Amino acid sequence: MIRVFLAALLALCLATAPAPRATAQDAAMGPLQALVQSRADLVADASRRSVGEVLEILIASELPGVPGFLARWQARELYQRQSDGLFVYVQDADATPLTLIDIDTGAVIGTATSREVAQLRPNRGVQTVIGSALVAFQLAAEDPADRLAALAAIDSAPEDIHLALVQDLIAVETDADVLALAEVLLPRLVIAFDRDDADRIAAIESLAGNVSLSARATLNPLLATTTGVATALPEGENIARVLNPGTDIDRDAAYAMLVAQGLAPPLVSRAEQRDILAANVIEGRVAGLPVAQLGTDDARDTAYAALVAQGLAAPAPTAAQIDESLAAHVFFETYREASQAVTDAASATLGGIDTRVAWFRALDLSLDGLSLASIYFLAAIGLAITFGVMGVINMAHGEFIMIGAYTGYVVQTLVPDYTLSIAIAIPLAFAVTFAGGVAMERLVIRWLYHRPLETLLATFGMSIALQQIVRQIFGTQARPLTPPDWLAGSVAINDVVSISSIRIAIFLLGVVFFVALWLTLNRTRLGLEVRAVTQNPKMAASMGINPDRINMLTFGLGSGIAGIAGVAIGLFAQVVPDLGANYIVQSFMTVVVGGVGNIFGTLIGAGMIGGLQKFIEWLNPTNTLAAQTYMILFVILFIQVRPRGIIALRGRAAGD
Amino acid sequence: MKKLLLASALSVITANAASAEIRVGILHSLTGTMAISETTLRDVMQMLIEQQNAAGGLLGEQIVPVVVDPASDWPLFAERARELLTVNEVDVIFGAWTSVSRKSVLPVLEELNGLMFYPVQYEGEESSRNVFYTGAAPNQQAIPAVDYYLEELGVEVFALLGTDYVYPRTTNRILEQYLLDAGVPQENIFVNYTPFGHSDWSSIVSDVVALGAGGQQVGVISTINGDANVGFYAELAAQGVSADDLPVVAFSVGEEELAGFDTAPLAGHLAAWNYFMSADTPENESFITAWHDFIGDDARPTNDPMEAHYIGFNMWVNAVEAAGTTDVDAVRAAMYGIEVPNLTGGTAVMLPNHHLTKPVLIGEIRADGQFDIISQTEPVPGDAWTDFLPESAVLESDWPGLGCGMYDTATSTCVQIESNY
Amino acid sequence: MSGTIFTRNRSVSIFITVLTLLAIAVTALSEGYGTGALSVSFTKVLGMTLCLCLAALAMDLVWGYCGILSLGHFAFFGLGGYMIGMWLMTARTEQVVRANLSEAVIPPTEGEITAATASQIFSVVGATDWPWMWAASDSLILSLVLVVAVPGLLALVFGWLAFRSRVTGVYLSILTQAMTLALSLYLFQNDTGLRGNNGLSGLQNIPGLETVGQDRISIWFFWGSALALGLAYIGAAWMVSGKFGNIIRGIRDDEQRVRFLGYRVEIYKLFVFTFTGCLCGIAGALYYPQAGIINPDEIAPIASIYLAVWVAIGGRGRLYGAVIGAAAVSLLSTYFTGGRAPNLDLGLFTIDWVDWWPVLLGLGFVLVTLFAPKGLGGLVDLIIRKDRA
Repeated sequence: MIRVFLAALLALCLATAPAPRATAQDAAMGPLQALVQSRADLVADASRRSVGEVLEILIASELPGVPGFLARWQARELYQRQSDGLFVYVQDADATPLTLIDIDTGAVIGTATSREVAQLRPNRGVQTVIGSALVAFQLAAEDPADRLAALAAIDSAPEDIHLALVQDLIAVETDADVLALAEVLLPRLVIAFDRDDADRIAAIESLAGNVSLSARATLNPLLATTTGVATALPEGENIARVLNPGTDIDRDAAYAMLVAQGLAPPLVSRAEQRDILAANVIEGRVAGLPVAQLGTDDARDTAYAALVAQGLAAPAPTAAQIDESLAAHVFFETYREASQAVTDAASATLGGIDTRVAWFRALDLSLDGLSLASIYFLAAIGLAITFGVMGVINMAHGEFIMIGAYTGYVVQTLVPDYTLSIAIAIPLAFAVTFAGGVAMERLVIRWLYHRPLETLLATFGMSIALQQIVRQIFGTQARPLTPPDWLAGSVAINDVVSISSIRIAIFLLGVVFFVALWLTLNRTRLGLEVRAVTQNPKMAASMGINPDRINMLTFGLGSGIAGIAGVAIGLFAQVVPDLGANYIVQSFMTVVVGGVGNIFGTLIGAGMIGGLQKFIEWLNPTNTLAAQTYMILFVILFIQVRPRGIIALRGRAAGD
Repeated sequence: MKKLLLASALSVITANAASAEIRVGILHSLTGTMAISETTLRDVMQMLIEQQNAAGGLLGEQIVPVVVDPASDWPLFAERARELLTVNEVDVIFGAWTSVSRKSVLPVLEELNGLMFYPVQYEGEESSRNVFYTGAAPNQQAIPAVDYYLEELGVEVFALLGTDYVYPRTTNRILEQYLLDAGVPQENIFVNYTPFGHSDWSSIVSDVVALGAGGQQVGVISTINGDANVGFYAELAAQGVSADDLPVVAFSVGEEELAGFDTAPLAGHLAAWNYFMSADTPENESFITAWHDFIGDDARPTNDPMEAHYIGFNMWVNAVEAAGTTDVDAVRAAMYGIEVPNLTGGTAVMLPNHHLTKPVLIGEIRADGQFDIISQTEPVPGDAWTDFLPESAVLESDWPGLGCGMYDTATSTCVQIESNY
Repeated sequence: MSGTIFTRNRSVSIFITVLTLLAIAVTALSEGYGTGALSVSFTKVLGMTLCLCLAALAMDLVWGYCGILSLGHFAFFGLGGYMIGMWLMTARTEQVVRANLSEAVIPPTEGEITAATASQIFSVVGATDWPWMWAASDSLILSLVLVVAVPGLLALVFGWLAFRSRVTGVYLSILTQAMTLALSLYLFQNDTGLRGNNGLSGLQNIPGLETVGQDRISIWFFWGSALALGLAYIGAAWMVSGKFGNIIRGIRDDEQRVRFLGYRVEIYKLFVFTFTGCLCGIAGALYYPQAGIINPDEIAPIASIYLAVWVAIGGRGRLYGAVIGAAAVSLLSTYFTGGRAPNLDLGLFTIDWVDWWPVLLGLGFVLVTLFAPKGLGGLVDLIIRKDRA
């Protein structure tokens, strides 16, 4: 992105530079135009593989307009007139009609509608090649931005001529940024293109401990190998290792290599055997056996053997012959890099890097697990109160999360500043869902305190009704809830460990919730009353506590927290009417695993479920679904061992 | 919204009117998880029928749309299709989006000899006598996109990311074989499947970025479906993965899907389709204008499956006119070789294997949510059975010639007349 | 004994009479055997509804009578469907493959036929080998056994684990829900061998009955479903009427007290849980050949919650209540979402039933729970009492 922008900048500089001297040929085709027209097809339909030819001709011409032409071509600012194939620039790409500009003189030569000219859109591959061709021009440019662009182009497609260019640049460069980038690039170029092994090894060793992607990307290709087979290990090759059939290399694969090299006779598969038999049917018989009897493998083997005996088919190798062939040959991997000193240095350096990378990956994975755990915690913490403390099975809990997310979306449509809108959305989401929760408690749930299983059904009814109402109001389309810019990026320690800011924010929000709730429940009057009502409602009532009021407030609090969680979840997931439904089963499991009646338990439960899921995902990274399945199975088994969860408390929520 | 309500109300009432007129069944989910995509197709069909009626109808009759809601529930697709064919007696059905819904409808269509136009890009490996596939087969979308990666971007390491269902699975299997044939070693192909609506993309994106450690250009081929794309692209943006470092080409992300989020950080990533709204042709311009007038919202995008219905409907109308009747067998016979203009400046031809010829377009996402078309091929004939899997390479579909949709060229027999569901 | 059950529980004779009359009426109006007033698709809807009623009956036994609110019984229903579905797919595909290969120059070996069948069935998910769970799919008898055995075994293992460690009440509900979710996620994976998200399809084409039209097959399945429901109803009524019934009702009302009386509560609960799991399996095996396709979406946790809601609406603890609830809700849903109900024009605002039915349904659950804890079955009480008064 930056490169394209810089290229555009450069193009702009060049365009505003004094136009080349007009010649007498103004009316006729300019020299650049004539040159480009000679390869018009390759320019109009540029391909990465064929564009080099055009570039060579253009650069060899040494025409003054070439760098500007290339820069504009790369930036997709070159057009071709449909009527006569003339290449032109346009003044303003958004204007109608477009004003056409001659590529040689910079003079206006007419206008055209957007359908009369075709914008040439070289793809990224072609852009890279053009960028590479521009390197020599840009490195010599005045503006450090141009030189940075050139270095970026080298970074994406290094070539051997670049080595000298960069070395020369470092010798004279004064701009700190450019110099820094050049010095990062230099070892890569040295390793890839230098002819002196000592220099290369020094460059390799300078990368020791460097976990950056580009360092690894420089070293790994040095260790690329090819697999080979021969009767004896070849001399003079840089052998990486010898492969033992059966342990280092699959026996079938090893034999297939022998066959491919013509060192052993091919196997005859069942299908091939059948085709050979079919090709040798004579008057309804194959080698004397009636075709109708060939419906078994044994009969086919017999018939095939007969064909072999008649010389009509090639014999298939026996197991003993296969063993013999494998034993008679040696399988090995050779480095593509010829110098053993270089490969040794690379493998030593890379070994050190890989160990560090493994540690960092473990750290990254733990951060991911922590982040997932905090999302589960956030989704479940409201439930930890309504279900955990009060014992109400609120199936509509997910819908409160969803309503919170939609509240955030509505606020964003009204308040365009993202930071401000999030600041408004969080208390508003709390207010909306708190009110919703209180209303639901008053209207529905309080009649069902003595029938806990039936609250499940009633709240399930609320859940499908709320989902559908939201669908009617906002439509089925996913709604965007965009994080402010300062939350959009990520915090990267290095190329291995990084975590997006929004996940850090969710983690912090989880911590804040936990602390606030813990303090509320343990250090305030309200918390005391809540615990009193939870443990013994009748006794609490006789002590002057109004259980109705406490239940109402507790339920409202749980719902309100779900609303805030909704804003947070909406920021990184998609706001759809069934947003909450996706979290409900997980949330219940989190609360149950952690132990009902205790937000500390929910914290541990979320940590365990999130961490475990990431861990299983790490074991089998190609199948995320399996990780979820096994995580749930684990939870089911875990409940068998600890039916009351990790932290078991007594109370009315315990279900007995 | 109100207009939609009226429209569907109208259709329910008219569905019970006299049976003289021509009826077109529209079988797209209006509720449930697929409503997000399919409702638009219901609307576009109603628009096309309205246009055709305004132009004098068909065979002198008015066309009446019969809209039903299979509610994203796959067994319901079969039930509703049976109702459409037997109770409402429709002449043709335009419908289905997911492969599983199509597979659910297939046996009913084949039993009752119905006719359906299926408008969505799909995994291929099928050719039913009773279905015309107006979306892309893998060789009309996936293979050209991979060629683009190999040829133009010089990608050497491939990350195939997909939602865990049949379209990504089959497409990735074909692509994997194609890549192996092209000389890409197995260890350079990374495959990952995630559930529908997946939102936790952090570690998967990190894994893909880490593939770059080999020093080779990495490219992502995404068959991630629907909502999950929001989280995926958001994570790409958050980790600062630019299209230069790690291009992503998607087969299920179009203008409609991009309408949901901020596309500025995604500029430069790719999508492969047979149609983009930004195609600059007179046909497309008038289609978009008509669509905006019909739906009453100038911001609504058009997309590839809508073009597929546009082509399919026009083909069916031409075939009915050629046959002079709506009888399924006569219409089917008239369908082969029918040629109608597509919206990207060429023509689509119906092939004997019930697939279309279509150009393949590759577009780069722009900051405004539209696509820059950077490559457009000549029309590619759709291939029902892929050439890249050994068991399918021997199969061929040719209904008018061989009377078979699954003909084994190795044994010269018709494997089966009915489809493989 | 059966004589006594008809007299002891009056609802049994009424129920069987109504079911018989319904079967006769449907047959007389069907396309296959009667006037054709009922379309094939509606006959199928009716047959499928009877299967759902059977599942609801099982749910009523386990929840209404034994007090176990299982949110996993639809998983057993789906498993039954998968078991029969495997046979249907294998048998049909093998027929096709056999017919095709028999034309080859060299007659096929059995191995080639099985391999070709597998590649036909599993090409959808990119596999060519038989997964282990399809081992019994070539035998109808074995598959029918598995229809009962697999859901039964899962219920047995799960129930044994759960009841042994005294997981009860809300915990058990959440645990059963987790089980359903795990199963549906497991089936969703393409690698697990049951064709992932695509599931098993084309199940309405019964192997061996290619020449019989769907008009007849739909009636046969309707009869089968009615028969299964009738037998299950009699069996359930017998079960809940005797001493066994008293014990499980006792467990529902006060588990500890029954345990102190010396009964092994876990065994009773396990039996009811497993038995109803088997019943659900049978219902599923009858349902999915009528629906035509089964896939993991069918056993998402929400389906099992719906099952509980039907029973609640119909009235827990009475067998006919479950049946009424399931029939009423599922038929009304079909009516309102099938585009049959005319839209209600309120002048300013048009109520489109397709869109508003879920809202109505959800609020209906709330109202029934709050104001009619006995469900629709409670209405029957009112009528009967009026009769007696």
